[in-house]
Amino acid sequence: MTGLRAWLLAEAPRSSFQARAGRAWLAWLALRRNPLALVGLAIVACLVLVALLAPWLATHSPYDQNLEARLLPPSPAHWLGTDELGRDLYSRLVWGSRITLGIVGLVAVIVGPLGLVVGTLAGYAGGWTDAVLMRLTDVFLAFPRLILALAFVAALGPGIENAVIAIAITAWPPYARIARAETITIRGSDFIAAAVVQGASPLRIIRGHVVPLCLSSLIVRLTLDMAGIILTAAGLGFLGLGAQPPMPEWGAMISTGRQYVLDYWWVAAMPGLAIAAVSLGFNLLGDGLRDVLDPRQR
Amino acid sequence: MIRVAGLEVGFGHGRRRVHAVQNVSFTVPEGASYGLVGESGSGKTTALRAIAALVPPAAGRIEVDGRQVAARPDRAFRKKVQMVFQDPYGSLHPRHTVDRILREPCRIHGLGDIDGRIGHMLAEVGLGPAFRFRFPHQLSGGQRQRVAIARALILEPRVLLLDEPTSALDVSVQAEILNLLGDLRAARGLTFLFVSHNLAVVAQMCERVAVMMNGRVVEEADAGQLAAGALAHPYARQLLQASRGYDRELARSLVRFE
Repeated sequence: MTGLRAWLLAEAPRSSFQARAGRAWLAWLALRRNPLALVGLAIVACLVLVALLAPWLATHSPYDQNLEARLLPPSPAHWLGTDELGRDLYSRLVWGSRITLGIVGLVAVIVGPLGLVVGTLAGYAGGWTDAVLMRLTDVFLAFPRLILALAFVAALGPGIENAVIAIAITAWPPYARIARAETITIRGSDFIAAAVVQGASPLRIIRGHVVPLCLSSLIVRLTLDMAGIILTAAGLGFLGLGAQPPMPEWGAMISTGRQYVLDYWWVAAMPGLAIAAVSLGFNLLGDGLRDVLDPRQR
Repeated sequence: MIRVAGLEVGFGHGRRRVHAVQNVSFTVPEGASYGLVGESGSGKTTALRAIAALVPPAAGRIEVDGRQVAARPDRAFRKKVQMVFQDPYGSLHPRHTVDRILREPCRIHGLGDIDGRIGHMLAEVGLGPAFRFRFPHQLSGGQRQRVAIARALILEPRVLLLDEPTSALDVSVQAEILNLLGDLRAARGLTFLFVSHNLAVVAQMCERVAVMMNGRVVEEADAGQLAAGALAHPYARQLLQASRGYDRELARSLVRFE
């Protein structure tokens, strides 16, 4: 352990890999000093683990109905109770974590690169390119996010894939804005001028010099946005436009539980708690990452 | 090697246009070291950036090695003309290791034996292999400037544009960097264009000097004249006096030139 520590914190690293690993280790040490961020990290790690181990963690099938056991309160047989069709809520939550994680992951994979490309291009090129790309961004920003997502899902047809596409389409503009603002501050710096003097092409400069500096603020923004993405997905599910029954998507589960909420509170409350916990986890992690990755602190 | 004739550079439009460089002309022969001096805002850095094709000239001609400098120069020009910037804290990418900083220009120009070149170049600027995989924040100001010099020289340019390469460093390190630059110039037969506000530094480094004021060259002198203090223009004389040290008499006698 001490050997590894010394290797990570070496004053004179012997390879690029060692230098990068040392940097990552220092970031981890900084993150470790923030207990709330660790709580967030633990929640997110839990979500990933539950999604991975769903077949072993679930006690029942998420789809099997048992009309004799409908709307049962939490008990040793059904840890979180059963819903209106007698399905085990705990097992549905466990399987539903895969859907939530899938939505979050897909949206992040689409939104991050898209915003990064649009923003850095607009910021670095300036002039007409900037004007056109930013007006396009403004058009998307002008609509409330959920309303726009609703319109897209209505146009594309309900379903989980279309919900992901709709959320991604409505979520990228703020990322483009952040990336553009960062790019503009970076563009005037001497190390970019040095790269120009060396003969680097604009593409090389954007990819190798601008993007690495924009990345950390985008990652922070993305983790902070995860909560909003989960809520939007849940909202679409709640309105019947996201995941379709019998998929155990958490928003859709709240939607069906709503009819029984006064007499059988657990049907809507359990998925609601799961959404709240995961959103909180991403938010705490994002806050912690902001403290660690903020370029102004280095 | 460098010929500048009637160079004009301006920023902004209409009435708010700032004429940063006005009708500047000078010639630097191959292998020579030429100084541009003047106070902050006199246009010396802008003139240098125009020669490096970082800012477009509004009028005039810039020739390097007998060929006019294009608005978007080709690789051959980039390989021939390199630049060292004033602030070593801002001219190195904060997320790139020294290795990456030196590797990039070699990749752009398709040079072979990159690892050998990097090791050799680091040794030449007085940094051992221990520095190769450090990030800039792990280096001191002088070490950073050495890396910046290595980055400029790894392409084996013939012209080096120096934008106050020592003014952000403390005095003892300044002398080291100036000596290093002098040695490298002698060893490689480089042509220097050296911008500074410090006449003493320029007098040590350059054979010929142009004094700039408000975007214009007001006087040209050679090293001998500079050492003898034989300058004609009152602004140039004042600059020379100021570079010899500070005293109360001098501070009181300073005149603003408009």
